[in-house]
Amino acid sequence: MAEVTGSPISNQQLFEHGMEEEEKHILGFWIFLASDLVLFACLFATYLLLRTHTDGGPTEAQLFDIPMFTLETFILLTSSFTCGLAVREMRNGHLGRLMGWLAVTILLGLAFVGIEVYEFITYSLEGATMQRSAFLSGFFTLVGTHGLHVSLGIVWMVSVGIQLIRDRIQPTTARKLFNAGLYWHFLDVVWVMIFTVVYLMGVMK
Amino acid sequence: MINQIVEYLRNADPLIQMSAVAAVLTLLGIIFALTYFKKWGWLWREWITTVDHKKIGIMYLICALLMLFRGGVDALLMRTQLAFPNMNFLDSQHYNEIFSTHGTIMILFVAMPLIFAMMNIAVPLQIGARDVAFPFLNAVSFWLFFFGALLFNLSFILGGSPDAGWVSYPPLAELSHSPGPGINYYVLSLQISGIGSIATGINFIVTILKMRAPGMTLMKMPLFCWSVLASCIVIIFAFPALTVALALLGMDRIFGTHFFTMLHGGNPMMYVNLFWVWGHPEVYIAILPVYGILSEVVSTFSRKRIFGYKSMVASLMLISVISYFVWVHHFFTMGAGPGVNSFFAVASMAVGIPTGVKVFNWLFTMFRGRIRLTLPMLWSLTFIPCFAVGGATGIMLASAPADYQFHNSYFVIAHFHQTLIGGAVFGLLAGMYYWWPKMFGFKLNETLGKWAFWFFNIGFYVCFMPQYALGFMGMTRRVYTYPAETGWGTLNFVSTIGAYLMGIGFLFIVVQILYSIRYGERDTTGDPWDGRTLEWSLPSPVPHYNFAQIPTVNERDAWWEMKQQRKEGILPPTKEPLKPIHMPNNSSLPFFMGLAFFVAGFGLVFNQFIIATVGLIGVVVCMLWRSLEKDTGHWISVDEIKQMEAS
Ligand code: HEM
Ligand SMILES: [Cu+2]
Repeated sequence: MAEVTGSPISNQQLFEHGMEEEEKHILGFWIFLASDLVLFACLFATYLLLRTHTDGGPTEAQLFDIPMFTLETFILLTSSFTCGLAVREMRNGHLGRLMGWLAVTILLGLAFVGIEVYEFITYSLEGATMQRSAFLSGFFTLVGTHGLHVSLGIVWMVSVGIQLIRDRIQPTTARKLFNAGLYWHFLDVVWVMIFTVVYLMGVMK
Repeated sequence: MINQIVEYLRNADPLIQMSAVAAVLTLLGIIFALTYFKKWGWLWREWITTVDHKKIGIMYLICALLMLFRGGVDALLMRTQLAFPNMNFLDSQHYNEIFSTHGTIMILFVAMPLIFAMMNIAVPLQIGARDVAFPFLNAVSFWLFFFGALLFNLSFILGGSPDAGWVSYPPLAELSHSPGPGINYYVLSLQISGIGSIATGINFIVTILKMRAPGMTLMKMPLFCWSVLASCIVIIFAFPALTVALALLGMDRIFGTHFFTMLHGGNPMMYVNLFWVWGHPEVYIAILPVYGILSEVVSTFSRKRIFGYKSMVASLMLISVISYFVWVHHFFTMGAGPGVNSFFAVASMAVGIPTGVKVFNWLFTMFRGRIRLTLPMLWSLTFIPCFAVGGATGIMLASAPADYQFHNSYFVIAHFHQTLIGGAVFGLLAGMYYWWPKMFGFKLNETLGKWAFWFFNIGFYVCFMPQYALGFMGMTRRVYTYPAETGWGTLNFVSTIGAYLMGIGFLFIVVQILYSIRYGERDTTGDPWDGRTLEWSLPSPVPHYNFAQIPTVNERDAWWEMKQQRKEGILPPTKEPLKPIHMPNNSSLPFFMGLAFFVAGFGLVFNQFIIATVGLIGVVVCMLWRSLEKDTGHWISVDEIKQMEAS
């Protein structure tokens, strides 16, 4: 903590101050998630309205590739699980194992983004670009926004990892990891909705 | 891009060229003055890098007043154009740009920063907190607002203003119909400032829920804080819809997607829905804190507790919920069908009920009170009839069949100005006058203030009452001129006179502020109004750590109770010894983060993707920098606090 002039600050004070800070951050983060959820809700609504507006271009059933999106789902769900393990190891105070699971989570996240980029490129090469029809604009934007969130999540976890190495497990780093984990689970929930509404409903018709 | 700008300036009409020159001269003047008086360092250390909520509040206030001037000049230009039939003071394109920027600026860059100013200045002090929950984020919010507003205003001098109304409906706002950069400015500047607004919403919810002084349960909290809580809840659920609407419109324009186009399956109605899912709650975001301000002012200047505290709280919360279920009333005529229209008509009218409750509570508070007609009280009193008429005409509009007659007529213009000026702006001015001594340590001159008040009020009625009639006579909104045979000339002329009277009122406020900086009565007690809530227990201006010792609260109107007890000879409990205080450090990152957003936005406006990418990378770098930053605060020692408190 910062340098103090005059009377000394007791450890108790430092601790209380720290706990209060952490609590505020966690509540703030939950509220942020609520508002991010509204953002996704609006994108879903737009997608649902536009999904049949293909303008003679490729339709959902023609595009979506069942093994590919199943693999994506599998990877993301697994990463959520490993992320949970990382938080558990943090609670137990095992920095080494925590870092291990965090690394696995980051790698899985990268794999997910990689597959998604591959998917987008494949579609585009087939002529299914986001400029082709309203349906495709909606698809790329909804799924892409999720992908962007995942990418930001990865950057964030890397940053938290660096801080964990630097500062070890203490209230600030613990809270940051906890919030990053919360974010990661949230993205999982959104993905499950995308999986259902976009992909499953798309191929079922 | 440079060519585009030069080309635009060469062809622009003389009015725009003149204002471009004026803007550049003003800028040079400011730079010169800062250099001459060696104020750069002071500006940087004390203001630009500050994370102090009180200073951030003051910066919001200053920007809002400047923007009120800009929006007001727009209004006068429009009214001048409409004063007589067949005028050609402005051409049609220029008129379109002016009503679009006027509406956008007034709602997003005047009303919003004014409420943020009041929130920042009063909320932490009223709940007995040292700061907001996230001071750094608070500074980020301010700079996002600032750079958003800057980008928007730049459009006027660099390459064409938005011209599709403050709502920017597609397909009018699509590339096919509006090819210049104008709408891009709109999309990006609103996006940037909108992100800041969401952050402010989160910040104040956490502040209010987590940082109240010991003993202050929610039901002992001042009503202004309740109203801010309600408003912030609306912000975090409404603004994401705007984010999406703007993002999709921007993608259509910049990346060639087809969300709202008429080609390739786009659907413009989706934009209209998304826009108003935000747009209607937005007017409540602006008006809810005003209800809070009014409650504070009315009870302070009637020397009474607010009447019906609990019903006030309930009505605030009810309004914030109902406000989500009314958005369709903005497009009854666009073919949603009778079932949908009826639902939204009934919901719209339902908002009137809790609002009525509030008005009656204010009246009952004043009843038998010892009323003092200070400036804040005058502005609050004038709010009541104004808002009542605005509400009544609102109910007329909420009736779906009648709206087929009123839709897009001058009746609508008169109605929403009545609620926005008579409601939001008057109420926020009341707040400004009320907290001014707390912010700056001196009072504003009452005489000049009364002149401003009367010019504004009389001007208001002279300006907008004729417009109701014009609406019935068939005058539609957004027409830039009309032939003499319509018979609209006289009423329009009267209306223009009213607008100028309001302009004079604004000048009086400016004079009042300048005069009072020199001659205003100093506030030495910290409690110039004999206030009731905790902010008045502090010296004015407030030391940067707010409370040397956090007070303990036992009652509603905590400061009033403490004063009463002191009068009855009950001594306040002996205070615990002072403890060191932890405060956040100043930081230049929020400013640079705003700047990075600005660069990204500017690049996207002109489809310069390299500039945009540089800006976006800047944003990510700032965030990472912050995340990895270790030391974010300093402690103030007991000795220092003693020194500050003694002086
Ligand atoms: C000095 C007082 C004001 C005057 C004289 C004034 C006048 C006008 C005029 C003449 C129009 C254009 C009507 C048309 O041609 O369709 C207009 C539109 C508008 N005004 Fe004001 N106004 C004033 C203050 C305000 C304030 C304080 C707000 C909001 C807080 C506001 C919000 C709007 C909006 C949202 C529009 C609609 C713009 C559009 O059609 O896109 N005005 N005003
Ligand atoms: Cu509305």
